[in-house]
Amino acid sequence: MKDAPYGATAIDLQAAPAAPTQGYWSAVLSRLLRDKVTVVCALVILALILMAVFAPWIAPEDPLKGSVMKRLKPIGSEGYPLGSDELGRDMLSRLIFGARLSLVMGITPVLCALGIGSLLGITAGFHGGRVNTVIMRTIDVFYAFPSVLLAVAISGALGAGITNAILSLTIVFIPPIARVAESVTTQVRALDYVEAARASGAGNFTIIRVHILGNVMGPVFIYATSLLSVCMILAAGLSFLGLGTKPPLPEWGLMLNTLRTAIFQNPWVAALPGLMIFLVSFCFNLLSDGVRSAMDVTR
Amino acid sequence: MFVYLLRRLAYVLPIGLAVSAICFSLVFLAPGDPLSAVMPADASLELIEKLKADYGFDKPIPVQFGKWVARAVQGDLGISLATGRPVNSELARAISNTFVLAFFACSFGFTLGLAFGFIAGYWNGTWVDKVVTSLAVAGVSVPHYWLGMVLVIIFSVFFNWLPAMGMGSGGSSEWAWDWEHLQFVILPAITLAMIPTAIITRTVRALVADILSREFVTALIAKGLSDRDVFWHVVKNAAPTALAVMGIQLGYLLGGSILVETVFSWPGTGFLLSVAIFQRDLPLLQGTILFLALFFVFLNLLVDMVQTLLDPRIRRT
Repeated sequence: MKDAPYGATAIDLQAAPAAPTQGYWSAVLSRLLRDKVTVVCALVILALILMAVFAPWIAPEDPLKGSVMKRLKPIGSEGYPLGSDELGRDMLSRLIFGARLSLVMGITPVLCALGIGSLLGITAGFHGGRVNTVIMRTIDVFYAFPSVLLAVAISGALGAGITNAILSLTIVFIPPIARVAESVTTQVRALDYVEAARASGAGNFTIIRVHILGNVMGPVFIYATSLLSVCMILAAGLSFLGLGTKPPLPEWGLMLNTLRTAIFQNPWVAALPGLMIFLVSFCFNLLSDGVRSAMDVTR
Repeated sequence: MFVYLLRRLAYVLPIGLAVSAICFSLVFLAPGDPLSAVMPADASLELIEKLKADYGFDKPIPVQFGKWVARAVQGDLGISLATGRPVNSELARAISNTFVLAFFACSFGFTLGLAFGFIAGYWNGTWVDKVVTSLAVAGVSVPHYWLGMVLVIIFSVFFNWLPAMGMGSGGSSEWAWDWEHLQFVILPAITLAMIPTAIITRTVRALVADILSREFVTALIAKGLSDRDVFWHVVKNAAPTALAVMGIQLGYLLGGSILVETVFSWPGTGFLLSVAIFQRDLPLLQGTILFLALFFVFLNLLVDMVQTLLDPRIRRT
């Protein structure tokens, strides 16, 4: 219905029932494909993911193999197209391999939080009453922490490690996702068609599956994509503080930290890992904006 | 309004308690048993006994929490494992340094954010708007710890105009209002201001564009009001929301200063936190986080109150 041509009357539509009306998702897709910025960003992210997956085949060198003689080569040196780091390891290979951990640590927390947060939010929104109070007030407490601080507090107490960093970031992102899911669920639950479904004998599970999920997951998903860029920066930030990946594993945030001492000898090589974090985070931000406007039915 | 303020005030107490509970429970997250987490590795027998008594680790957890809160309220946050000094004295010095940094970052970032936001919102859709909006997206995407490094590379390594790290010459950690100290604060303040500037720009831009599209503005213009008077109406309508965003951003800025302070070795709370993490100094970690989180709660309260005073629409509900 929402895609009915403007001014078309009911009779017109009846007369041509076979006319291919575009479904919601294909409309979203075609709007996304028309948005050049979003397409470019999606391609960049896709390329980086492929680069991470096929890292062993792409990288010219072993990312862990160092050489005391060849430390801190500048960009463009022979055999080191992007220079070498403080232990003489090839920067290009380390940046390529670094994409693996950096992307996993930047994306996994949002995915986990999307699952747990929307479960909590939908439960709270659908049940209302005391269940809602308990869940949402608990979530309010986590809102009392600035996000960086909460992530640092939890992973600082748990100790360094990839799993701990992912865990702490998941905890950071559950509250905002749950809040969005709760507020949308509360709105949808009050709609007439949910009432109608209930009156016609649908159980809670059926109502949630058929009516709530489809309506709630859209906005929640859009919101979650906007967290990806924050999560990339925070995950690399934790590694930068020494709370995520441990050396000698290549990860952009950690590389930035270990190269920090080299900024006087070889500044631009030291800045490279940050450029990668910036690139990914920038693309995620623009991608999220693109998805938001493509999925916005009101436009 | 009075009832609203009272209710809002009463809400702070449970939140504050819950925040303390989370900070307290950090001890139990740490690997190993909680006693060893708050005790230096070479603790003397008396110290072990004293800590056992202070924390009451043999008692049920609620009692332990009660003891911890009771001591925290009196300003006793335990003893730092790294330095052996009380956490609160370590904290007191660091807090003032962080506030100095935050003061400069806010003055710079909020002014710039408001100006950019107003300009982009006022000329909504023009090239000015597009430039500002793209800059703002880039601004929220920049890992600020990296931006700090890049600024150091440009202004310290290449031009040698500004110092790369620290708070004063000779590793001083005492602030003074003179040019020598100001040099040290410039780069960290700009770095720390980046994200709030971008977020405030985006919010204010959307806000101003929205207000300008409302009917009452059209009516004001039709009435023949000068641009300046119309602008004043926009400011009045945008103020409560803009203020709320700025308040929250101040809190985030304080919380997020850990990364920037680490990059610049600025001796504030963030640097204290990274020392606490590096040395596995849990009492210091707990104390610093408790302070910053409670400050954030207080800031939120303040924002709500000021907003209530400013905005008659909230006052009536």
